[in-house]
Amino acid sequence: MVKPTQVTNSIRATREAAGMTQADLARTVGVTRQTLIAIEQGRYSPSLELAFQLARAFGVGLDDLFDYPGE
Amino acid sequence: MVYEERNAWAGLIVSVIAVTVYVVLVLQQAGSGPVTDVDWVPLMLWTIGGGIVAAILVSIAWGILAGMRDPDGVGKSDQRDRDIAHMSTRVGQAFIVIAGLGVIVLCAFEADWFWIANTMFFGFAVSSIVGGIASVIAYRRGLV
Repeated sequence: MVKPTQVTNSIRATREAAGMTQADLARTVGVTRQTLIAIEQGRYSPSLELAFQLARAFGVGLDDLFDYPGE
Repeated sequence: MVYEERNAWAGLIVSVIAVTVYVVLVLQQAGSGPVTDVDWVPLMLWTIGGGIVAAILVSIAWGILAGMRDPDGVGKSDQRDRDIAHMSTRVGQAFIVIAGLGVIVLCAFEADWFWIANTMFFGFAVSSIVGGIASVIAYRRGLV
């Protein structure tokens, strides 16, 4: 069983608000659509670099896109 | 299914089939006699060579079929593919180490060449199969 990450993200909501498709965003940040789906569903934690690329694709900060509840 | 996931599936399927065929052929040749009398060298070399060629061919054929449906996804890999590949290598490596230690022990006891070679062969085979299973699970269930 894969241990779920505590990091959550609002990529899907942000992407839909920006009127982008998964294919558009995947192409922009240079990953496959399947990888983007896995990130949106919390099944894959992106690298820091990819997280920054995603945030910059929407013109927002990391904290606006990703959330870590901590303890 | 992405390009690297298809490769992982192709490698896993071919590994399982190749090892099964090898075991069946060795047991058939042994008949009711000892397995150490089997001429295992050509069988093992053909299994390894055939397995590599088959995995490449299955991957190419599968890629052609998948490319007809999604031409953009052909040959693409990204950070997640690399992370999954690293994880599966780490998982599979343990079995190569175990097999290597087994070979040292068998050499120390001057075991038959058959057991020494086959211990290493099955170390590689189990490493490949377990690593392949870890890969496809990571692609399906996630890697966090």
